[in-house]
Amino acid sequence: MSTFVSDTLNVMNRELKPVWREPMAVVFAMIQPLVFLGLFAPLLPEMATGGGSALQWFVPGIVAMTALMGASFTGANLMEEMQSGSHERQLVSPLGRPALLVGRALKEVVPMLMQVAIIVAVVTPFSFDLHLGGVLAAAALLSVFSVGVGALSFALALASKGEDWMFWTIQQTLLFPALLTAGVLLPIDGAPRWLEVVSMLNPMTYVVDAARALFAGTWPADVILQGAAGAAIVAAVGLLVGVRAMRRSS
Amino acid sequence: MTRGLTRHFTSRKQTVEAVQGLDLEIGQGELVAFLGPNGAGKSTTLRMLTTLIPPTSGSASVAGHDVVTGQRDVRHAIGFVGQGNGAGHRQLGRDELVSQGRAHGLSRADAHRRAAQLVEDLDLAAVADRKVSSLSGGQRRRLDIAMGLVHLPRVLFLDEPSTGLDPQNRANLQQLIQRLHAESGSTVVLTTHYLEEADALAGRVIVVDHGRVIADDTAARLKSGLGDLVRLGFGSAADAARAAARLERVPDSRVDVDETSVDLRVKDGSTLVGEVLADLAADGVPPTRVEVARPTLDDVFLDLTGRSLREAQSTESPTDESTRTESEVAA
Repeated sequence: MSTFVSDTLNVMNRELKPVWREPMAVVFAMIQPLVFLGLFAPLLPEMATGGGSALQWFVPGIVAMTALMGASFTGANLMEEMQSGSHERQLVSPLGRPALLVGRALKEVVPMLMQVAIIVAVVTPFSFDLHLGGVLAAAALLSVFSVGVGALSFALALASKGEDWMFWTIQQTLLFPALLTAGVLLPIDGAPRWLEVVSMLNPMTYVVDAARALFAGTWPADVILQGAAGAAIVAAVGLLVGVRAMRRSS
Repeated sequence: MTRGLTRHFTSRKQTVEAVQGLDLEIGQGELVAFLGPNGAGKSTTLRMLTTLIPPTSGSASVAGHDVVTGQRDVRHAIGFVGQGNGAGHRQLGRDELVSQGRAHGLSRADAHRRAAQLVEDLDLAAVADRKVSSLSGGQRRRLDIAMGLVHLPRVLFLDEPSTGLDPQNRANLQQLIQRLHAESGSTVVLTTHYLEEADALAGRVIVVDHGRVIADDTAARLKSGLGDLVRLGFGSAADAARAAARLERVPDSRVDVDETSVDLRVKDGSTLVGEVLADLAADGVPPTRVEVARPTLDDVFLDLTGRSLREAQSTESPTDESTRTESEVAA
């Protein structure tokens, strides 16, 4: 086993320790998406969402939102370790710089999957048809997406050099435009042209579209492929930027 | 074996030369303290030696490996206890020890065995399975040191290990460091701005100020070079002046008069004092008060820099520091 793989597993393992020990923290982290689900979904008119039940349209978006929020917050954990000194301690250890980032980013998959499971379990008793195969495929897409967003969040934490306000200002500034232009809360169809263009440029749009198709139990190859490409682009850019930031970290 | 060669410094933000052309050689098994006020360049030196920041110019090797070209080998060979907490606050102490051991290439079983051994050695049994954030400052420090020792490093670096600890914990920590040094035979390099600490702990004290080494010797020799302080009190300023004039004749001494008191700085002052008193009494100016003080490292620092370490500590703001070094560079 190469050192990169064993280092990455070591880092991921360490990051997961608090998740296993305090799984409730994962639930608390998703209160915001759940509130959106409870308050927003009933407001959606059936027709705006292409005929089906509003919940059917809304749930995949909320799942993507949970993934985006969880992964984009995760840099705060690194920030805390930068301030406390344990990041410095790891930098002096023989752990490779890329492993320090990749291990952390990969860990994001675990809380994300736990949250998807919770959301699906909560909505299934209501007007939501569960297509397990589709949900699993969507979860795989979102895992790749989460790794990329997580890596970007770590890169932001490293770039903020322990300044909380900078991290949170940038994270919050980017979060909601990303959500809205991806059509998570409201359909983008019929939006002004400029908004459509922004939406088309947002890779998350394709991930959300693919998740919607898969959650509905349909498998349109082009939509899924675009979703996979969107997730892969986010992951590739995230890891590239993140590893570069980690290499410069001192 | 730590061989610190010439090391010019590192620019943080602008061209503040925090460490300027340091030449050092530290042998295997030494216990060395870098002593100096805040901003003297101690931590910067340590950060270069531990591969956290590269030197701007010059080079250094630690345990036989260059800190730039042999980063990975250096990291394998050293233990580092920084100013903060090495253990993550959301983690359990024992988990952190195991993960650190794994990072250094121990097998799972070895890492667990080593963690258990360190928990016992450093008296952490009661807290090792608690969340790090719930530990006291002293407990966290012991845990951090345990983490630095997981892989039996050839060189252990400690950056201001006792800062923020109460006197009791500080004393315990000093004992612990001495014991670990004696047992392991590792080289131990620490920074401190506590004179008592450098004095009590280290065989060798490297005094640093404004990024330069201004003295490098054993604490005992640094102090004996300075001589004892004999402080004499007199009934009047006139008596003091007369006594001072007489004391000027003591060879290799320095005399300072301050109103009714006279300071005589001389080697072996404690043995000379009887003779001095008899001489002054014969001259008709017997002192009314006598104090003999062995020199402290603070006196050494004062002697070397013209200001006391405590002064340097409290008055020197980082901006003072940078303007001073910049003007030095310009000059």
